[in-house]
Amino acid sequence: MQTFPCPFCGPRDETEFHFAVEADHPRPENTPSDVEWAAYLYTVDAPQGPAREIWLHIPCGEYFVMSRNTRTRDVTGSEALR
Amino acid sequence: MSGWRHPDLGTEIDRSKPLTAKVDWTKIHGFHGDTLASALLASGPRTIARSFKYHRPRGLYGMGAEEPNALFDITRDGTTIPNERATLTPLTDGLKARAVNASPTAERDRARWLDLLHRAIPAGFYYKTFMAGGWHLYEPRIRAMAGLGRLDPNTNPPADTPARSATCDLLVIGAGPAGLAAAKAAAEQERAVWLIEDGTSLGGALRWRGGEIDGADWTDFARATETAILNSDGRILTNTTAWGAFDHSLIAAWQRGPDHDVHWRIRPADTILATGAVERPLWPAQNDLPGVMSAEAAHHYLTLYGAVAGRRILIATGSDASYATAAAFAATGAKVTLADARDATPAAPDGVRVLSRQTLRAVHGKTETWGATLNDQFHSADAVLVSGGFTPSVHLHCQSGGKLDWNAEKDALVPRPGTSHMKVIGAANGTFGLGPALAEGATAAGGLAPDTPDGTNWRWHPARPDIDASGRIWIDLQNDVTLKDVKLAAREGFTSVEHLKRYTTLGMATDQGRTSNFPGLAAMADATRRSIPETGTTTFRPPVRPVPLSVIAGRRRGDLFNPLKRLPLEDAHRAQGAVFREYGGWLRPSAYGKDEAAAIQAEAEAARDTVAIYDASPLGKLDIIGPGAPALLDFAFYNRLSTLKPGRARYAFLLRESGIVFDDGVVLRPSENRFIVSASSSHVDAVRLLLEDPRQGRFDPSQVAIHDVTQAWTTLTVTGPRAPELLAAVGIDVDLPHMGVAETTWGDAPLRIARISFTGDRSYELSVPLRQGPTLHTRLDVALGAVDGRWIGLEAVMILRAEKGYIVIGKDTDGLTMPHDLGWGGPRDTREDEYLGKSSLFTEAAMAADRRQLVGLSTTNVVSTGAHLVPLDGPRRSLGFVTSSYQSPNLRRPIALALLEGGAAMQGAEIGVFHNGAVQRARVTKACAFDPEGERL
Amino acid sequence: MKYSAVTLAREAVRGQRGWRPAWVKAKPKDAYDAIIVGGGGHGLATAYCLAKTHGLTRVAVLEKGWIGGGNTGRNTTVIRSNYFYPESVALYDLALRLYEGLSKELNYNIMLSQRGMLIAAHTPAQMEICNRIANAMQLNGVDGRLMEAEEAAAKVPLANQGAQARYKLMGGIWQGRAGVARHDAVAWGYARAASALGVDIIEGCEVSDIRVEAGRVTGVETDLGPIRTNRLGLAAAGATPGLAAKVGVRLPIHTYALQAFVSEPIKPILNTVLLYLGTGTYLSQSDKGELVIGGGLDRVPTHGQKGNLPAQEEVLSGLLEMFPSFGQLKLLRQWGGVVDVVPDSSPILGPAGPDGLYLNCGWGTGGFKAIPAGGTLLAHMLATGAHHPISKPFDLDRFRTGRLIDEAAGSGIAH
Repeated sequence: MQTFPCPFCGPRDETEFHFAVEADHPRPENTPSDVEWAAYLYTVDAPQGPAREIWLHIPCGEYFVMSRNTRTRDVTGSEALR
Repeated sequence: MSGWRHPDLGTEIDRSKPLTAKVDWTKIHGFHGDTLASALLASGPRTIARSFKYHRPRGLYGMGAEEPNALFDITRDGTTIPNERATLTPLTDGLKARAVNASPTAERDRARWLDLLHRAIPAGFYYKTFMAGGWHLYEPRIRAMAGLGRLDPNTNPPADTPARSATCDLLVIGAGPAGLAAAKAAAEQERAVWLIEDGTSLGGALRWRGGEIDGADWTDFARATETAILNSDGRILTNTTAWGAFDHSLIAAWQRGPDHDVHWRIRPADTILATGAVERPLWPAQNDLPGVMSAEAAHHYLTLYGAVAGRRILIATGSDASYATAAAFAATGAKVTLADARDATPAAPDGVRVLSRQTLRAVHGKTETWGATLNDQFHSADAVLVSGGFTPSVHLHCQSGGKLDWNAEKDALVPRPGTSHMKVIGAANGTFGLGPALAEGATAAGGLAPDTPDGTNWRWHPARPDIDASGRIWIDLQNDVTLKDVKLAAREGFTSVEHLKRYTTLGMATDQGRTSNFPGLAAMADATRRSIPETGTTTFRPPVRPVPLSVIAGRRRGDLFNPLKRLPLEDAHRAQGAVFREYGGWLRPSAYGKDEAAAIQAEAEAARDTVAIYDASPLGKLDIIGPGAPALLDFAFYNRLSTLKPGRARYAFLLRESGIVFDDGVVLRPSENRFIVSASSSHVDAVRLLLEDPRQGRFDPSQVAIHDVTQAWTTLTVTGPRAPELLAAVGIDVDLPHMGVAETTWGDAPLRIARISFTGDRSYELSVPLRQGPTLHTRLDVALGAVDGRWIGLEAVMILRAEKGYIVIGKDTDGLTMPHDLGWGGPRDTREDEYLGKSSLFTEAAMAADRRQLVGLSTTNVVSTGAHLVPLDGPRRSLGFVTSSYQSPNLRRPIALALLEGGAAMQGAEIGVFHNGAVQRARVTKACAFDPEGERL
Repeated sequence: MKYSAVTLAREAVRGQRGWRPAWVKAKPKDAYDAIIVGGGGHGLATAYCLAKTHGLTRVAVLEKGWIGGGNTGRNTTVIRSNYFYPESVALYDLALRLYEGLSKELNYNIMLSQRGMLIAAHTPAQMEICNRIANAMQLNGVDGRLMEAEEAAAKVPLANQGAQARYKLMGGIWQGRAGVARHDAVAWGYARAASALGVDIIEGCEVSDIRVEAGRVTGVETDLGPIRTNRLGLAAAGATPGLAAKVGVRLPIHTYALQAFVSEPIKPILNTVLLYLGTGTYLSQSDKGELVIGGGLDRVPTHGQKGNLPAQEEVLSGLLEMFPSFGQLKLLRQWGGVVDVVPDSSPILGPAGPDGLYLNCGWGTGGFKAIPAGGTLLAHMLATGAHHPISKPFDLDRFRTGRLIDEAAGSGIAH
């Protein structure tokens, strides 16, 4: 069981969290092309190693950015969206 | 084997409490404190088990989880548990044990002829045959022969293992000398230490080997450790197996209690692993005979239980460790010969004949041992105790990502420091002997080494299976993997350790390869002329030893498995004869009355004739509050909501970014800066989080808040032509237009009235705080008789809404349905601004003509929900499927809703309805079958 | 050397000395007509089909570890084609039909045991969905049918039907041709047959980069040196996105750990493959007697082949809720595999990026049952440069057009 740091509630069990999306992929707007839209909706980097992701802490309902290593499962940081 | 009970020895047994048990229907005697294994050993000669494949006779070999042979189905107090290890089973009075994989008994096993076939059925033979005619011709017979114990279909162990979480400063796993020294040193620095020990008490090998520490018997040291731990807020758990190491330092541990077990999840700041080592066997021909035992195990049985392995003992070893064992056996009066592989041997203990430069080549006997060949010389013996050195128990280190290095000096794969979060000490780290273990333990915890006269490290001669030796030599006793099988695997190219394991099943038995993985690896290295590190190591998978499924499963069963949400008014509904079913995680009345089917029809009819009430409390109530609310909802919803006037409500869709309809419902706007989103009852949490996403990521979160108040309100919906009459009777003023919302009071309590309808008849949703729920229920109930109304369950509501063509998300929609498939293309056509899912509504697939669209069906009889729609002519293929289907009591005909390819343009067309091979005809209609003009609203 | 009872008998007499390596441990040559990255079932089957069907024998399979060591050797061995969409049925039933003849085709007993599979439903709503699937299967020409409560209960006599049961059996979908097979044997059988046809199976060879010149694949860089080829198939499951990224192809693939569990062996007690919709736990009993158990994915995306405790508690409590008597049994082994999950839970088959590069990935939790089809289709693309009609709908382009093949969405049941 992994422990993730919610920036608002502190360290909690992984069961309280939900992976939302990879960070730093802004939503394309104003009628994006189908390729741009599909890239936003579906494609991911899924890096093997360090990753920046947006997670949701379900009990408090806050989304936040977590940095972690997808291979070793080390968590290197977490910060509020703003 | 000729085991016997020593008249005096046995630190664990209480001779004043004799016990009797039955093993394979034969009575054996023992004492309180015995294990089944020690009692069996003490009770004399016996073939106690049969091997998995060849049904070879087998005796007791080991003392713990490494025991490959002594597996029994154990019955206690009428309850049977299969595949229990005799070595880990406390003896109780009246216990019954049956050898697994043998019939009628291990001694007289009918399948022993299988051994005659051994030449023809080497490892992996089944991959090469049983193909003619198909595997299914052979499989049933092979399945019946495989398997170990028997499941007792009538034993249902209770779900009574609690899961408990804990943290501590330091977790020490293993309470042998190294673990004790580490725990004591840490506790004396006032760290909160948890010490967990697999065995019944502290001490590890000290319990049978004894030893002097800090000038006194080791038991004083153990007691001092205990005191230090308890004084520093620590805890000691014996009979506890740390079975798994998981992410972020989590250790899962199984504590066996007298009444019930406990499953611990421990998250320590630091972890020290002191799990000891397992003795390696030796590999003479016929090394699987009953009477061949691990020397360390035999020593353990002797000291703890007075169970002596034989009277003419041959100890074959290359290890310093065996000398104390030899001395202990000599002291019992047994005739003891110690055959050491080494040239230079330690001094012979009193009464022990020591031979040097000896290789054990063969063991002799049929169902029990009567001698052995050392070098070329026969020696008579009734017990052959073997020691081929030790293999460190490094499971948890490896499970947490740790690596191993081959250390030739230690003759073992030992943990590479820093590769896991644990410090590994003592025998688990390849450090043997009391002095070195104590020193390593204390140092690991920042303490000073305790003092002991026994200061030397054990040395041993590296023993390996001789791949050129003749005769049958077992590497894995339980799975019957022989040295020839390993050589065959090498010859056929299964040379990686994982291939070896999978091809031969080496190490895959319930002893998890504790005594077989190392020699298997060594033999493969030899056969392929590689070194051990070149050959590799196996992975260590949890659990460290087999753990009952009931321990991991815990209490999550029955009512506690995905617990249902309950209505606060459940008892009131029950009192009225409600039948309950599960709907989206809620337990709700499906109908009121014993004959559910009849009640459903009557309820649906009454709702149109007079008035009906149903409990709509699970309906989501998400308060969206603040000046930013209109902008947030405009973005989140498919339908524009900022244009909704205060005091009014609007039906709206919520889409995912993929354009798929995620939820539908009515959004109320009681006041300028406050909205209430009525999410579907099973979707409330998900809708809240879907709204939180843009609130936090796109808008200024200080300008709008989302508050889920679903379970703070009781909602009763009053529907039907006489609804106003009923409400007037209980003093509720209903001067509201269709889709109007009012917040008022009822008596002293707040009351929200929303005139919105899911039935197609005039309806009022009445919401009061939970506390007022029972009063509202009672008042309505009392007034109901006068207007000839009734309570209705969800099934009647489902019919009423289907008559109107109102959809239920997830039932009448699937994961491909977009709003324009449901006849709601308006916002898609007109909205210029951004909203969730917008771009997905314009992909090639979203604009295709063959989308499945919502239609109604007119049929002569009620069609099956889940039937498919097919063309009446041409090749048969699915054009869609029936999503809802009922007998309508109000229309007095069947109604159905369906998703149909291009359905919007097919009004009036004839189509086939396919169910289970048969096709009937139906006519495509509009989804709404009742009151299409909405005059009753 | 042909495998048969006769050769077994002969070797019994000769002390098993005559057996040869099942596959040749090849060293890489400078160049191949086609290279497949990934020595799992799909990669090996592809190589076999290239050699057998398309006559291409200058073919190499590059495996970074040992063959069959990824998801091929880590799954719960279920084979079935109880799918909803015609595209899925065409794919998975092709695989099932090929599986039915595979032992003979490869002269290697893969122990296909078509004992049937029950997807068990517990509520009227689930029964409606099961009906929808059963009818879809029939329309697609597959042997599926709706099974009522009594018959379903007879298939799993130990299932929890007591008063305390959280989920009672209401019936479900039955597919009689579904079953299990010996997973390692599928990899080894394909490897042996491909090797006999001249394919080079190179273990311990990790691909670090893909070489592209003028928009066409020209080779790969490996830790054993560069190898030239103009046709490259990627069949490396969770490692595929990382490889595709080397040539600028981003894929819609997340990787998650999926766990499997094995109990201690017991005498036969369960003769079907069972999936319980209520608990999400599925299981079968192996020929050796072990219960082989699986369930949902771990919740945290990962590249580590390791499972975590919460999913274990969920799956095993689900198992005991289904079969309370199994509380007598002990967990023997548990492990995790990394599965490559696509948003619509269907595989990606087709060209991507530079000319000559083809993908066979995104199988998620269901790759084992598709191995013979996956091999056939990737081989077809490598050999002809064009889609097979069955692989066409699974092209990467579907994410642009929105024509997803979303089984979970269509049937309401996540496979």
